Amino acid sequence: MKSLMMKGNEAIAESAIRAGCRLYFGYPITPQSEIAEYMARRLPEVGGTFLQTESEIATVNMVYGAACTGKRVMTSTSSPGFSLMQEGISYIAGAELPCVFANIARGGPGLGDIQPAQSDYFQATKGGGHGDYHLIVLAPSTLQEAVDLTQLAFDLADEYRNPVLILADGMIGQMMEPVVLPPMRDISSLPDHSEWTLTGTSGRRPHRIAAFNIDPHGLEEMNRRYQEKYKRIKQKEQRWEEYEVEGAKYLLIGYGTIGRILKSVVDNLRGKKIPAGLFRPITLWPFPYQRLREIAEDVEFVFVVEMSAGQMVEDVLLAVEGKAPVHFYGRMGGVVPTPEEILLAFERLRR
Amino acid sequence: MDSKVIFKRPRSLSDKEFTYCPGCHHGIVHRLIAEAIDELNIQDKTIMVAPVGCSVFAYEFFNVDGTVAPHGRALAVATGIKRAMSDRVVFTYQGDGDLASIGIAETIHTANRGEKLTTIFINNAVYGMTGGQMAPTTLLGQRTTTTPRGRSVENDGYPFHVSELLSTIPGVAYLARVTVSSPRDIQSAKESIKKAFLAQMKGVGFGLVEVLSICPTNWGMSPVEAQRWLLENMVKEFPPKIFVDRVGES
Ligand code: SF4
Repeated sequence: MKSLMMKGNEAIAESAIRAGCRLYFGYPITPQSEIAEYMARRLPEVGGTFLQTESEIATVNMVYGAACTGKRVMTSTSSPGFSLMQEGISYIAGAELPCVFANIARGGPGLGDIQPAQSDYFQATKGGGHGDYHLIVLAPSTLQEAVDLTQLAFDLADEYRNPVLILADGMIGQMMEPVVLPPMRDISSLPDHSEWTLTGTSGRRPHRIAAFNIDPHGLEEMNRRYQEKYKRIKQKEQRWEEYEVEGAKYLLIGYGTIGRILKSVVDNLRGKKIPAGLFRPITLWPFPYQRLREIAEDVEFVFVVEMSAGQMVEDVLLAVEGKAPVHFYGRMGGVVPTPEEILLAFERLRR
Repeated sequence: MDSKVIFKRPRSLSDKEFTYCPGCHHGIVHRLIAEAIDELNIQDKTIMVAPVGCSVFAYEFFNVDGTVAPHGRALAVATGIKRAMSDRVVFTYQGDGDLASIGIAETIHTANRGEKLTTIFINNAVYGMTGGQMAPTTLLGQRTTTTPRGRSVENDGYPFHVSELLSTIPGVAYLARVTVSSPRDIQSAKESIKKAFLAQMKGVGFGLVEVLSICPTNWGMSPVEAQRWLLENMVKEFPPKIFVDRVGES
């Protein structure tokens, strides 16, 4: 198969189109605007629709509307924009609509800066909007993985009728790497949602979609259904990568960009005969608690690295359940830590 | 004796009982929309977007596919539906709090894109469901729960004129302000609603009908007093008028 040199943002956009995405609504924000620009160029070529909206608030609601018709739809944004979308995401989760979001995250809080960061983890995995709901959150660490997870994102959204978030940082969005693109999916082969979509009543009773029930018992019933679904997702969709975990005494943990940096740290340590391994969560929700717990039984300590003040480390602590000490190293504000500084921090812990 | 049905429930209205207060104009306007949909023969390809507010249940009152948008976002949701399925007829039903306050950006931009959508805009100069607070359209001097001394320019600014504002936007194909306070007004309101649907069906652009309505509950009046108050006060501030009609030009 032929590989192509592509920028991360463009690779995600092209992969989405090949997954059958024909509708994109979006509002420009650095460092992900290339996704919108790519969609503006490419979607009309495949009979799709691109619309630049007046705001992220309008964007997320257009995504909601398009998702009501059962067609594959996505948007992309970066951290402050993702914050603005939270209300709509809560509605979309409640209405159980399939759609895909890409948050190419940057430093915060507030306007922050435009450099890569991982400080949207809480917002992405713990809710963000109001109510008891979850997105499925996928975190690629290479561009090939970004391409593959974009395909998976649309399929999971369809399978569970749930919004799926691709959480990458500005590094993934802006870097270039060779990727192998999947073939173009045949739109007519995509899952049929005609039993619930809003398409006009022709020959049937009206379909109604709403994240709304004025009766508390009715609303509790809806929530029970959501929770049942989340349980199924937790059972079936946990994904992670293990690298040199066999016989590891020290377990390094990081996702996305940090995952790839930690790989070279592990290589370096293994080169010095220090038994380190890497555990890289790919689904941040559902978080791979169980497998991590198993591995943690046999290690001397766990070392979590994030480009944040420490958000995923809370999930690691929950997973490890005190079976091993958990240490944390983080950089904030859009600073990407170097392998050397991570090594230094690690060596300090070992002493 | 043979009997003949000369008046019945429109096909496009469901059996569900309205949840509106006695005398409220929502009921009349719902019926007019349903009749318009029946007469245009578009029931099976119409999709509605209900708002937040008293009419949040509207998606259950019509025999068409429907959804509920977040507060103010009905026109963004409708845009998403329409862009996904351009051959369907999509309409929103929104109150003044929804369309003119929290959702004014969506309203203006949807109109400006000339989105092929229809909006029925219920202007009763007050927030209904939340218990009678000031709306952007509340009249000067009008008492509400959040303007207990009457709306003042100094504190609250002026009544917001949505139709006048939208009339300057080229994407608007049909725009009218109507009342439903007399049988004759009801007839012409229905003609306007049909025209607003035709504006999207013919692909000319965005259609909106502003309906001056009463809220007897929050105005603290009987329905009859409320009708009188509307005719004596609201129509002075918001004169009924056809602002734009480009439907015929297509
Ligand atoms: S509160 Fe006012 S607008 Fe709402 S249903 Fe009652 S009368 Fe109608």
